[in-house]
Amino acid sequence: MIHKYKLNGYNIILDVNSGGVHIVDELTYDLLDNVKPPFEKECPANVIEKMQRFYQEREIRSCYEEVVELYNSGILYSDDDYEKYASYAVASPVKAMCLLISQDCNLRCEYCFASTGDYGCGRKLMDLTTGKQAIDFLLENSGDRENLELDFFGGEPLMNFEVVKQIVEYARSKEAEYKKRFRFTITTNGMLLNDDVIDFVNKEMSNVVLSVDGRPEVNDRVRKRVDGTGSYDRIMPKYKELVAKRGDKDYYVRATFTKYNLDFANDVFHLYKEGFDQLSAEPVVGDPSMPYAITEKELPRVFGEYERLAEMMLVNENKGKKFNFFHFMLDLDQGPCAIKRLRGCGSGNEYVAITPDGDIYPCHQFVGIEEYKMGNLMAGTFDMDIKKEFAAAHIYSKEECRKCWARFYCSGGCNANNYIYNHDIHAAHKLSCELEKKRLECAIMMKAARMVEKEHFED
Amino acid sequence: MMKHIVTINKANLKKSAEKGGCGKCQASCQSACKTSCTVANQKCEK
Ligand code: SF4
Ligand code: SF4
Repeated sequence: MIHKYKLNGYNIILDVNSGGVHIVDELTYDLLDNVKPPFEKECPANVIEKMQRFYQEREIRSCYEEVVELYNSGILYSDDDYEKYASYAVASPVKAMCLLISQDCNLRCEYCFASTGDYGCGRKLMDLTTGKQAIDFLLENSGDRENLELDFFGGEPLMNFEVVKQIVEYARSKEAEYKKRFRFTITTNGMLLNDDVIDFVNKEMSNVVLSVDGRPEVNDRVRKRVDGTGSYDRIMPKYKELVAKRGDKDYYVRATFTKYNLDFANDVFHLYKEGFDQLSAEPVVGDPSMPYAITEKELPRVFGEYERLAEMMLVNENKGKKFNFFHFMLDLDQGPCAIKRLRGCGSGNEYVAITPDGDIYPCHQFVGIEEYKMGNLMAGTFDMDIKKEFAAAHIYSKEECRKCWARFYCSGGCNANNYIYNHDIHAAHKLSCELEKKRLECAIMMKAARMVEKEHFED
Repeated sequence: MMKHIVTINKANLKKSAEKGGCGKCQASCQSACKTSCTVANQKCEK
């Protein structure tokens, strides 16, 4: 299977199963509509006849030979022979956990999927005992995995900062005994950042996600305080301070975009101009009937905006102005192995979320969905059937993904989105798929553009 | 050197499968983005 598309002046061919990416001329682009394996030694006469109106016969023949050569090298129309690995998709050790350390929030963002922090289940903070039990659970269920990931999430995690600190201390105290290493991460809205918190976060958190939606008016329209005023002025100076002190540790400034800012590339560039170079912008998730929702109707605008962002980034890079945009980052040579790509996020299998009550869910987005409650820390229950169901949710068990050209990059999408929109973790959420595919096309195009640029330079 | 086609990467997905599957890499939705699953931008930790 191949995927071919044109973007920003490039004709791009992705060989889905080998991961090969090729830039081709018009002739090859057209030829690939007319030929497919099994290939003959020479270009079939009917193909030449058909294409002769536009191209010289000699050129068509030489192009055909190149296509066949790539095919023989296994980087064009290569086979999908990974399904055998999917059968290894059995329950794995749990290696990552999301702690809903605070089911409460000090902002009232219009679009919050957690119902302004409480996941629709009442405002609550996790206590230290539950936090410790969660750490013990992770240590005991992580098998031979040495690196354990623990994400502090909310609501707003810093509303329970004392417990965050104590949980980190407790987890660190167990590392030597269990021969494990914790990697902590935190997502915050910035409202409670102060010098102490910043120092702690920079010391202990291997990644921090700082939420802000971009331009002041865009941010303040949706990310509001309880009294209805905006949050931008309060959080931006704190984010700058945190990042300035952070050294080369990872962080992301993360924006959510909605129907209100379909020109979100301007928000990404706003954040860059404010001094941040690790950026992310996510489409809002939620009820399609809400006024901020991104629906099918907005797709063309959003596609155009992703393209504009990609092109603007390339132009800026040539002037030495470079930043990372999370969704356009792609390693075409050293990315994750094909086996990892069959299953993606690992929710419900390698990854679980824990609520303040000690309830275990497949991930933060499943919290409150009774059907998928996997167990409870205090009760010592953990439903292996649900775990197996998630372990088996790979690209070959998902109807749309099996056939999709993006499957080894997207890895079957978001189980939670699938459930929320389609009541089935295996049923791809079409809108998310369209967005994912557009982002991938942009990301691959950027790789191609950078390479061409480099060659040009070296000539 | 091909005239019509430039291949821009090593296309080593198949090779990665032979040695892959150790499971040591990061879980994907963790930390950086909490809704869109993006796997291909991750690193192999081997
Ligand atoms: S979730 Fe959608 S985009 Fe991703 S692999 Fe499946 S069908 Fe393709
Ligand atoms: S199911 Fe979706 S939200 Fe949950 S961990 Fe996976 S990608 Fe993230």
